[in-house]
Amino acid sequence: MDATTVLAEVQGSIATVGYGLAAIGPAIGVGIVVGKTIEGVARQPELAGRLQVLMWIGIAFTEALAFIGIATGFIFGF
Amino acid sequence: MKVVPGRFQSLVEMGLDFVRINIAHDLLGRKDGDRFLPLLTTIFFMILFMNITGIIPFMNIAGTAIIAVPLTLAVISYVTFIYAGIKKSPKNFIKNSLFPSGVPWPIYFIVTPIELISTFIVRPVTLTLRLLMNMMVGHLLLVLFFAATQFFLFDLGGWWSALAAGSLAFGFVFTLFEILVAVLQAYVFALLTAVYIQLAVAEEH
Repeated sequence: MDATTVLAEVQGSIATVGYGLAAIGPAIGVGIVVGKTIEGVARQPELAGRLQVLMWIGIAFTEALAFIGIATGFIFGF
Repeated sequence: MKVVPGRFQSLVEMGLDFVRINIAHDLLGRKDGDRFLPLLTTIFFMILFMNITGIIPFMNIAGTAIIAVPLTLAVISYVTFIYAGIKKSPKNFIKNSLFPSGVPWPIYFIVTPIELISTFIVRPVTLTLRLLMNMMVGHLLLVLFFAATQFFLFDLGGWWSALAAGSLAFGFVFTLFEILVAVLQAYVFALLTAVYIQLAVAEEH
C-alpha cells in the first residue's frame, strides 16, 4: 500500500478538518486587526475609543469567514 | 423608575446609556441616532438576554443558537437599513451602495456586481451566521468539556479521574468566556446594524 492509497483511505467527515483549515485565514486576519489597533493606540492614545469601535467592526467582518467555514461543515458534512 | 437611581436602576441606566451613547450617537450622530435608538436598544438587549440563557445552568442553550432568532433579527436589520437609505434619498442610496465614487467607469462592470452581492446578500447572511455560530459553537464547547468530565470520571474511572478535574475546570473557564462572548455578540450585532444604517444614510463617500 503506497502513500497515496493511505491518504485516500481517510474515513468519516472530512468537514471537521475543513473547519480547522478555514479558521487559519480569519485567525491571521483578526491578529493583524488587533495588532494594528494596538499599534495605533500606542501612537495616538487619545483615539483609543474610536479605534476600538473600528477594531470590533473589523473583527466582526474578518471572523465571519470562520463562521461561514463552520456553517459549510454543518451543511455539507452530513 | 426614580429621579435618583437606586442600585438596580443605575445598572439598567448604564446599559441603556451604553447603547445610546456608544452605539447610536457615536455612529449615527444625535439626530439619526435618536431615530433608530429604539431598534438598536431592542436588538442589543434581546440578543444579550437570549445569549445569556446559554450559560444559565439547566437552561444551557442560547435562544440565539436556533437559526430562527438570528435570522429574524438579521431580516429586521436588513429591512431597516434599506428603508433608512430609500427614505433619505433613493438616488444617493443606490449610488453609494452600488456605484462607489472615485472609480473610473469601466471598473463598474466588476465593482457593481461585487457591491451588489456584498451589500444585499452577504450582509444579512453574515449577520445571521455570526450570531448563530458563535452561540452554537460555545454550546458545543461546553458540551465537549462536561461530556469529557463525565466520561473520564464514570466510564474510565481510576487514575483517569485526574483528567476529569482538568476538563471540569476548563468547562468553568469557558463558561466565563461565554459570558464575554454573549455581551460581545450583542454589541457587535447592534454595532453592525448601526454601521449599515450609517452607510445607507451617508451623503457621499
